[in-house]
Amino acid sequence: MADESGSVLELQGITKRYPGIVADDRVDFDLRRGEVHALLGENGAGKSTLMNILYGLTKPDEGEILVGGKHVSFSSAKDAIESGIGMVHQHFMLIPVMTVAENIVLGVEPVRDGVLLDERGAEERVRELSQQFGLAVDPTALVSSITVGQQQRVEILKALYRGAEILILDEPTAVLTPQEAGELFAIVRSLQADGKSIIFITHKLNEVLEIADRITVLRRGKRIDTVSRQGATEEGLARMMVGREVLLRVDKAPASPTDVALEVKDLQVVDERNLEKVRGVSFTVRRGEIVAIAGVDGNGQTELVEAITGLRRIASGTVAVRGREFEGHFTPRMMIDAGIGHIPEDRHRRGLVLEFNLAENIALHDYDRPPDSKRGWLYPARLVQRAARLIKEFDIRGGGPLTLARALSGGNQQKVVVAREVARNPVALIAAQPTRGLDVGAIEYVHRRLVAERDAGRAILLVSLELDEVLSLADRILVMYEGRIVGEHAAGAGEEEIGLEMLGGRKEAA
Amino acid sequence: MSEQATPSANVPPEQEPSTDFVVRLGVAQRAGGLVVPVLTAVLAFLAGGIVVAATGHNPLTAYRGIWDGAGFNWIFHIPWNTNTVNLDAFNLSQTLLTTTTLILVGLAVAFPFRCGLFNIGGQGQYLVGLIVANWVGVSFASWPTLPHVLLGIGAAAFAGAAWAGIAGFLKATTGAHEVISTIMLNWIAIWGGQYLFGQGGPLQNTYNTAAPESGTVVQSAHIPVFWGNPVLQGLDYGIFVAIAALVVFWLILNRTTLGYEVRAVGFNPEAAAYGGINVRRKYIQAMAISGAFAGLAGALDMLGYLFQFGVLDVQASQIGFLGIAVALLGRNTAVGTGIAAFLFGGLLYGTTRGLNPSVFDPSLAGNLTSMIQGLIVLFVGADVFVLYIWNSRRKLRPRRRAEAAAA
Repeated sequence: MADESGSVLELQGITKRYPGIVADDRVDFDLRRGEVHALLGENGAGKSTLMNILYGLTKPDEGEILVGGKHVSFSSAKDAIESGIGMVHQHFMLIPVMTVAENIVLGVEPVRDGVLLDERGAEERVRELSQQFGLAVDPTALVSSITVGQQQRVEILKALYRGAEILILDEPTAVLTPQEAGELFAIVRSLQADGKSIIFITHKLNEVLEIADRITVLRRGKRIDTVSRQGATEEGLARMMVGREVLLRVDKAPASPTDVALEVKDLQVVDERNLEKVRGVSFTVRRGEIVAIAGVDGNGQTELVEAITGLRRIASGTVAVRGREFEGHFTPRMMIDAGIGHIPEDRHRRGLVLEFNLAENIALHDYDRPPDSKRGWLYPARLVQRAARLIKEFDIRGGGPLTLARALSGGNQQKVVVAREVARNPVALIAAQPTRGLDVGAIEYVHRRLVAERDAGRAILLVSLELDEVLSLADRILVMYEGRIVGEHAAGAGEEEIGLEMLGGRKEAA
Repeated sequence: MSEQATPSANVPPEQEPSTDFVVRLGVAQRAGGLVVPVLTAVLAFLAGGIVVAATGHNPLTAYRGIWDGAGFNWIFHIPWNTNTVNLDAFNLSQTLLTTTTLILVGLAVAFPFRCGLFNIGGQGQYLVGLIVANWVGVSFASWPTLPHVLLGIGAAAFAGAAWAGIAGFLKATTGAHEVISTIMLNWIAIWGGQYLFGQGGPLQNTYNTAAPESGTVVQSAHIPVFWGNPVLQGLDYGIFVAIAALVVFWLILNRTTLGYEVRAVGFNPEAAAYGGINVRRKYIQAMAISGAFAGLAGALDMLGYLFQFGVLDVQASQIGFLGIAVALLGRNTAVGTGIAAFLFGGLLYGTTRGLNPSVFDPSLAGNLTSMIQGLIVLFVGADVFVLYIWNSRRKLRPRRRAEAAAA
């Protein structure tokens, strides 16, 4: 689009080393005036480090930064801002109790009579800017009262107010709903039309193909390639990101379910405030099939999983594992011993003890039995041995048995959880949002693993908020809405119908 | 530090994690750290020095006086003269006597800390142990020394465990916060002790009913002295019990399933419950073990050198509270608690009876102890802040390293 107009920004041979690793290794990057240049890479590929260098938050060990053809050296974000660079962080930096206009002018307030904040002037200026770029937001509203999507616009306005010509958007859609993401893309296009240049950081392939003019892919700190959108495909980009062929579609044979492994009957669960969260749910999962529970967040899926795994007391009903029935009060220990494996929806809160090393985390269900321990005595060496084995078997990277779980990337942390749960050879594996927050390579891994475990004869109960995931993995789909199962579908059911049921559509029709 | 060490010798070489110094230091920091406690102590002593200077004294002279008073100078007088007629040797033996108590009351705070509990009740548990040890020591006069001492120690540890266990039980069953309940249990122990030893109390001495004091522990329940003159409060074998307790503490935490559970609950109770651990039971067990350490401290003091306790002593006793500072400075590790106890033992004795009054007014020096103690608690409490300054760079590193490694 503006290919002739030359670079407004150039990074040459940027290298940044941290003890033990090279975060960025001689990375070149250039941004043309009026273009959207996507920076694509998995978590930890060096995108954030590169942008932190560009925004003056970190100093590079080697390399040059040129803005408008001139060499610059930033020692703080202030320097970067003065060079016309603005950044919208993934986590917003707004003061909730202040108005939109106050947040935007913060630090560079327009002043009247020498000392007083020119509130009217600030609002006026903000209004002008938001009209100019189609960023609809009320300057007088309190930040705490506006939506996340609007807060993001405030962040963009903040950068524009400070005279940004180059905007860095760091994973801007991570916090947005699909609709809000669409609105953001419209804003990006209008900024582009106005001659702003935009660096769009993401690891989502579809977004890149929708919005970017050119795409630079980073992998393990190295620039793999810069390509233009024309001719780029999701498969090709994924291969560059991960360094190998990635199956974006899950490849699986039809299921051949056998006997019932998990049976839930008339399950009712209430939450802490005594609100009914699960209202009489019944279903079965057979060995060798993946049953997925689809639903919008907050329709009782979390409570259902907690009830089945013994983490939450049930109000009534039964859970049977391989015919062994549990009712009333049963504990996580009992369900673990009965043969349930559980990949929790929040690996930080529940799935891992982040301050424990991998060996200790992998032993979380087995530390109190041989060979890990005998008569109360723990044998750490055996924990380490098993962990070493599983780390190899499940290809967990970024550390050994003695590495703290905290130090691993999200994908590898999830692999630790998966390894622990699968290695115990459970009859039924409950996977609650198993790919939440993971990047392409890790998602592919988890999906393939779930299918493999199905084929190995386990019963898999998948709970997911991502309809795509449900559709691509499930052999049977249950739709949960307001604590009830409102629909059941075979694999290959239509997205429309399920989507409608997820929003309670069918219930109203009935 | 030692607490985190899983034996690296057992790691097959190909899985050996990165062991460069910075990484290991980072692990140590999260585990309990080296830099912060040392920095904390140094800052506290510096601040103390400024106060001393403000009173018109030379801080270096004052600290030298405390150093000598604690008997630390004995270590540098080679050949070592172990005869406690020699003042330095005597001072050191007294410092070690205090260290014994401090190790145990320190462990009483450190252990529940590892389970995510803050035990403020060390003083009460200490007093309960002391009272029970006194009762055992006054009774069973016909018993031989070894069983008599063991009974006294065992009963006191058990009583302390039961006392602290109450707070653990309340936490587990009703959710009552252990800080509140242990503080209240302290007062029950203090008033209970005053009643028991007071005039007409069940444990008051029988030979001088005018004095509100306990009976005197009979000779057979005295823990034998191995350094110094038993009549002049020599150092008894209790210190080896305390050192053994440090080892036991380390073993429980790192080599037993109970310790695994306690640490899991301390780091993340939700993950622990998910793993199948009964979190509530761990609260009770951790508190009980903590109380056993404090009760043991009371027993070693009673049977080692106090032998008798009065109502006024009950009111004045503060040593259990020092356990908080010891544990905090020792970062709740075995080695750290041992070192911090020795430091505080020296400080406590070196600023009071061990101090040469001509060097520095002991009443002023005693306040210096309290001040340094307070500053340490303050700085340790503010270690987020100290760490923040120290780590502002490093904090980001493990994450970035992980990110890059994962790519």
